[in-house]
Amino acid sequence: MDWRIWSLKKSPWVFHVNTGACNNCDIEVVDCLTPRFDIERFGMKLVGSPRHADALLVTGGVTAQAAHRLREVYRQTPKPCVVFAIGACACDKGIFTTGYHMVGPVDKIIREIDPDAIIVYVPGCPPKPEAIISGAIKALSAL
Amino acid sequence: MSEVVQNLFWILVFPGFLFTVGLGLLASWIVRKVSALVQHRVGPPMLQPVYDVIKLLGKETLIPEAGQRATFMFSPLIGFSAVLLLSTMLWRISFVPASPFVGDIIVAIYLMVIPSLALILGSSASASPQASMGTAREMKLVVAYELPLVLAFLVVIIKTAGAVGDGRQLSLAAIAEHAPVLSISGMIAFLSALLCVQAKLGFVPFDIAEAETELASGVLIEYSGALLAMWTLMQGVMLVALPLFLVVAFLGGFGSGAWGILAGAGKYVLVLVLIILIKNTNPRVRIDQAMRFFWFWCGTAAVVAVALAILGNLFSIGWL
Repeated sequence: MDWRIWSLKKSPWVFHVNTGACNNCDIEVVDCLTPRFDIERFGMKLVGSPRHADALLVTGGVTAQAAHRLREVYRQTPKPCVVFAIGACACDKGIFTTGYHMVGPVDKIIREIDPDAIIVYVPGCPPKPEAIISGAIKALSAL
Repeated sequence: MSEVVQNLFWILVFPGFLFTVGLGLLASWIVRKVSALVQHRVGPPMLQPVYDVIKLLGKETLIPEAGQRATFMFSPLIGFSAVLLLSTMLWRISFVPASPFVGDIIVAIYLMVIPSLALILGSSASASPQASMGTAREMKLVVAYELPLVLAFLVVIIKTAGAVGDGRQLSLAAIAEHAPVLSISGMIAFLSALLCVQAKLGFVPFDIAEAETELASGVLIEYSGALLAMWTLMQGVMLVALPLFLVVAFLGGFGSGAWGILAGAGKYVLVLVLIILIKNTNPRVRIDQAMRFFWFWCGTAAVVAVALAILGNLFSIGWL
């Protein structure tokens, strides 16, 4: 295995991007860091800047205003990186499917600038922390 | 010839650069593990800092278009080499106290400032508004903690000068033979120096320049890939160099023989755990609170300690 991929699996640092979520998925993302789940066991760390990140945890169905920011954050993330679409909204806009202000979902926006991006879908409203961790493990083993 | 090879081995492998970097990575694992245990978590595996550095080396390194390219790329190197030099110097006087050089105290104080200056240089070269906020805070923090740190170190010098007698050169090796912490002035000086070291390491409550939640990593915001790996290594080595400096200056350093080395290692771990516990039991303070704390409280305490140390020397009272 390539040493870059091997080390990426050992220490995926994540950056949290909210593109218009109702805060429910965000709470579940933060839950992953608590003593009960403690994703730092797998070397995951929540970082403050997309420049440090290996994975983007995107929540929300991408509003018209957030789309530009999401593209910019994806461009600023050093490659190789993985995008997580967390929650029903991020996967396919959820209950906001017909919303006038929604331009998402996440994969559409990301594919506009990078057709080969690795995108992981974690459905649920909100997804359980277990589901998020399981998605992370599947994504990392698919690299 | 063999002496040259031995010295090179000394500087490059043990206990110089390679050993210090390894120990620094171990120390940063200890910081994360103990923090996790304090919060009732399991924490990362032992080799986690090594994985992090390898991963960062393999990632893309982005350089801001509007930034100063050369300064941005060289400042991590400057900071990293300064702390490596400082720790090698401290190891040398701990294990071979017979070969000091004139002025090593001043050199140590200068080398301790360089990592912060390198951070300021690098982040101001990155042309990011959040990095410039972090830079401003880091500068104010340096101005704030240097005064009590130098005053605390002055206490050590005065105490040692009183203890060694006339005619002997006052060097770090002479300082390492005495433990000023066993007196009142030395204890006060040690506590204020410990808080200054906390600020130098950029740990909570003085992580104002990085402030992940408000400045999004502040000074380090634009760094990625290999350059970020360099900063990570620098912070790891600082976790070796700065507590080691406290051990040498205040706690009597490493003695001779196996017991001495064991005792020195114990003192180092003690200082490190103290720093980690302060980190985990405090909230972040604002920059104005930090400046007031360092100048008013730590500064006053250190001045009192200097006065006590001078009085103790004049009247030959060892415990003062």
